Amino acid sequence: MASPRNSRSILPGFGLSLGFTLAYLGLIVLIPLSAAFVKTAGMGLHEFVSVVTSPRVIAAYKLSFGASLAAGFVNMVFGLIVAWVLVRYPFPGRRIIDALVDLPFALPTAVAGIALTSLYSANGWIGRWLEPFGIRVAFTWTGVFVALTFIGLPFVVRTVQPVLQELEPEIEEAAACLGANRWQAITRVILPELAPSLLTGFALAFARALGEYGSVVFISGNMPMKTEIVPLMIITKLEQYDYSGATAIAVVMLVSSFLLLLFINLLQKWSRRHQAI
Amino acid sequence: MSSLTTTPFATPRPSAASLPRADRDPAWARWILTAVALLFLAFFLVLPLALVFAQALEKGVGYYLASIREPDALSAIRLTLLTVAIVVPANVVFGVAAAWAIAKFKFPGKSLLTTLIDLPFAVSPVISGLVYVLVFGAQGWFGPWLIRHDIRIIFAVPGIILATAFVTFPFVARELIPLMQAQGTDEELSAVTLGASGWQTFWRVTLPNIRWGLFYGVILCNARAMGEFGAVSVVSGHIRGETNTMPLHVEILYNDYNIVAAFAVASLLALLALATLAIKTAIEWRTRGRA
Repeated sequence: MASPRNSRSILPGFGLSLGFTLAYLGLIVLIPLSAAFVKTAGMGLHEFVSVVTSPRVIAAYKLSFGASLAAGFVNMVFGLIVAWVLVRYPFPGRRIIDALVDLPFALPTAVAGIALTSLYSANGWIGRWLEPFGIRVAFTWTGVFVALTFIGLPFVVRTVQPVLQELEPEIEEAAACLGANRWQAITRVILPELAPSLLTGFALAFARALGEYGSVVFISGNMPMKTEIVPLMIITKLEQYDYSGATAIAVVMLVSSFLLLLFINLLQKWSRRHQAI
Repeated sequence: MSSLTTTPFATPRPSAASLPRADRDPAWARWILTAVALLFLAFFLVLPLALVFAQALEKGVGYYLASIREPDALSAIRLTLLTVAIVVPANVVFGVAAAWAIAKFKFPGKSLLTTLIDLPFAVSPVISGLVYVLVFGAQGWFGPWLIRHDIRIIFAVPGIILATAFVTFPFVARELIPLMQAQGTDEELSAVTLGASGWQTFWRVTLPNIRWGLFYGVILCNARAMGEFGAVSVVSGHIRGETNTMPLHVEILYNDYNIVAAFAVASLLALLALATLAIKTAIEWRTRGRA
């Protein structure tokens, strides 16, 4: 038998496929992305810092990070419950509900945006029930949070679900045999098993929420210093033909999402090791 | 706690089936958790979806049909279909090529390449549009050259296509890479050993093996390409009847307080999303049934 390396090399098309892959990757993704960094490099540190730390932009960071974190946490709690119910409790229509969980991935963000805005505006289906209590959702921080919760909903469900399915019932039976009650079995045996996937789902939802634009701009109302998200700041600068300002903010966002991506990759390695044991 | 209060339904009756056990959830917990999960999904998924169709049909079927047959709406639909017709095949060719190189061969830097392919998912859609403005815009790298040769990319159709290609870049590749890695190279090697050419091997051996994964990737890529908003919004210039895709047309109608027409066009996109979910689920059942 030939060695695996030699046997691989008799397949044709390596040069063609890798060449095309690298060319297309470079043209569509890498060269355009590098333009953002090149543009910022030519900007001068002082100008860069003054743009990315101006009060209006800082307010946008606070809103984007705060609302994304809050939405991520809500999705972590409810995503775990949804995944648990979908895996453990058979009920009629479960498969349809299961398929529906991916709706935020499939529904165009602008459609989600106008639907949520109509739903939560003062005379909307949900908004009109909240209005008498003085609760306003549309055009406030809460509206941004609701949109980001919608957009991040599938992540935790889809990361936790497979782990929960793989979880052997024996470990819960073992916990029972050893005298644990249900609460102890859940908090000491099941949750630690799910922790890496829960965190991964949270981080993915958080990363998606940070960059989200379409579903948020309609419901946020876009008031300066109050309900402007970071991607909107980029659009605003672009509309004023302030290309270097827009790019500076974009670079801050790109660096934070690359760091998040790195963190998510580490998390996934951890969860793979966790599952292997 | 339940022993102190006198609520009639809170007292557990100790029978063999309902005795608290560590490997089973009590019935009340099952009911409450199921109710919480369903309520959460009803509020966040079902209500927004139902609202799209309810609003779209608010002024009747005649108005609905008129809204989606209006010239600007039709031109938006055409532009969206044109974009998809270019972007999806381009990303399919790329996805197949990338998966072939990554899954069938060993080379240094493979894991870096895989990470780079996923990169567009980590980039905000707005930034995906912005970077093309920096390359092809009037003040961009190729801006002066393009103006001299009277070629428009930004605020024109090519920009929309490029930004959409960026945003949907990883979809096909990331479905195919793990699938082709799991399938290994044995079947292709046999084909080549028996005298098949490279293309014959690909069309007759590899493609039949990956067709469901490929279809899955195409469906997801197509849905995102038709629905992309942020990236396209930056590069389109919002010229009615010319550079408006369906999601941008929805935005314009909505901002003009033409709510019913906005939801009418949005309902087409919502139907697309539902069709995507249905096909995706069907493929998942099919492939799971085989495994």
